[in-house]
Amino acid sequence: MNSTQPVGAAASLKVAIYEKTFHSSQGVRIDVLRDLSFEVRGREFVCLLGPSGCGKTTTLRILLGLDREYSGTVNVSADASHRTAAVFQEPVLLPWRTVEQNIRLTLPAALKQTAFNDLLEILGLSGLETLYPAELSLGLARRVALARAFATQPAILFLDEPFVSLDEPTADRLRSLLMAIWAARPTTALMVTHNLREALLLSDRIIMLSPKPAHVAGVFEVAVPRSARDREAIEDMVLAFQDRFFGAT
Amino acid sequence: MSFDEHLKGGKETDRPHRRGLLPIATTAASLIALFVVWHLVSSIWPSRALPPPMVVWETTLSELKSGDLGYHLMMTLWRVGAAYVVAMVIGTAVGVALGRYRRLDAFFDPWLILFLNIPALVIIILAYIWFGLSETAAIGAVAVNKIPNVVVTMREGARALDDRYMDMARVYHLSARDRLRHVLIPQLQPYLAAASRSGIALIWKIVLVVELLGRSNGVGFQIYLYFQIFDVAGILAYTLAFVLLMLIIELLLVQPVEQHATRWRRRLA
Repeated sequence: MNSTQPVGAAASLKVAIYEKTFHSSQGVRIDVLRDLSFEVRGREFVCLLGPSGCGKTTTLRILLGLDREYSGTVNVSADASHRTAAVFQEPVLLPWRTVEQNIRLTLPAALKQTAFNDLLEILGLSGLETLYPAELSLGLARRVALARAFATQPAILFLDEPFVSLDEPTADRLRSLLMAIWAARPTTALMVTHNLREALLLSDRIIMLSPKPAHVAGVFEVAVPRSARDREAIEDMVLAFQDRFFGAT
Repeated sequence: MSFDEHLKGGKETDRPHRRGLLPIATTAASLIALFVVWHLVSSIWPSRALPPPMVVWETTLSELKSGDLGYHLMMTLWRVGAAYVVAMVIGTAVGVALGRYRRLDAFFDPWLILFLNIPALVIIILAYIWFGLSETAAIGAVAVNKIPNVVVTMREGARALDDRYMDMARVYHLSARDRLRHVLIPQLQPYLAAASRSGIALIWKIVLVVELLGRSNGVGFQIYLYFQIFDVAGILAYTLAFVLLMLIIELLLVQPVEQHATRWRRRLA
């Protein structure tokens, strides 16, 4: 695939984590990850799906470089930049900075002066630039977090359950906004979620994780093109998915 | 009616009226009452030990005209400012370090408790003995008295830091300067404000002692001078002038700065 994107290049990701353990305050050893390996290709949207508490967020923290105490390797290959962006479970906006300052602050030096009005336009944030995060609803704050992530023109984007604790209509609206913005600025994306329908709606491929200690239980290719993923198609895929992973039992 | 017009006239200034009229009236009445009591007491028992307010006022005016008052006030003010900056910078750095690193905190906590409990006078005397009767020793002694308080407050602030903002800063590779300016300092701001407020009050009282013991100018030195000639009017003139100066600084500098720093909070409805 030749680059059709004007700026930056999408990275691919190769993960091979042999072991990640935690020690509880009582000294009990908890194996969180074991032999977890997968790949994300350039400009691919992949979902890591798994039951709550299976180590999805731990995996993401390792990939983001926030947790370095593990054995294994994480390789990000990028043609041009190694820029990473993240959308966390909570928006994590600085409450003492306005929407615009929050976005501009995270821009790398080369992009400091760039306009990101188009992003705000797509996300429906135009006119809210001077508000402080506390003046926004959770849904709007999440949109700002998305805008911030895409504004940095990342080579790879990580999303950690970015739509939890929103009501369904709001979450749905945000999912379509995510798709709109991802179409406008395509990049490699890895999203963690426990919501199967969300994963089927958004991703090219779903990596199913096992319960703790987590490893890859299977990979599900979402063959249906995004434009054809209506309610019916999603429900069909849910059945196929369940048949594949839980059908035997 | 004329009172209303007067009010309107007052509103032309740009400063927002944060307080209503009633608290201002109460404050004024309270202060006037204090001066009335002082006046009555000093006229019922006339004594050199308690001159009436008017005498103190006249002394203040004559000191002002001679230029002495202004000079000594400014000397004290500069020492207060210098000691404040030194204490806040060192105290914040140490406090944040202790708040972030538990081992460091465990080791240095006894030192902190020791310094918190050394009387200001001892530190001042030792500073003069070890470093001579110099400006550096004077300001250093005041700062050392204040630093442990700043450390304790800022340590609490550092413990309350939100790791999620640090994670965000790391993921997006914010520069050290940006982390300090946009992530760290705003989180510490309430603690910085608390340390500042208790700091200024404490510092200026210690500065007077430092001046009394080993300087040849400043409000503390003048008070010592008037003590030796038993001139209470002079003592009160310098004291009240400096209190007034500190109140003006509080109103014109500290409060506006604080309002600006917490502007994002005020909009919460």
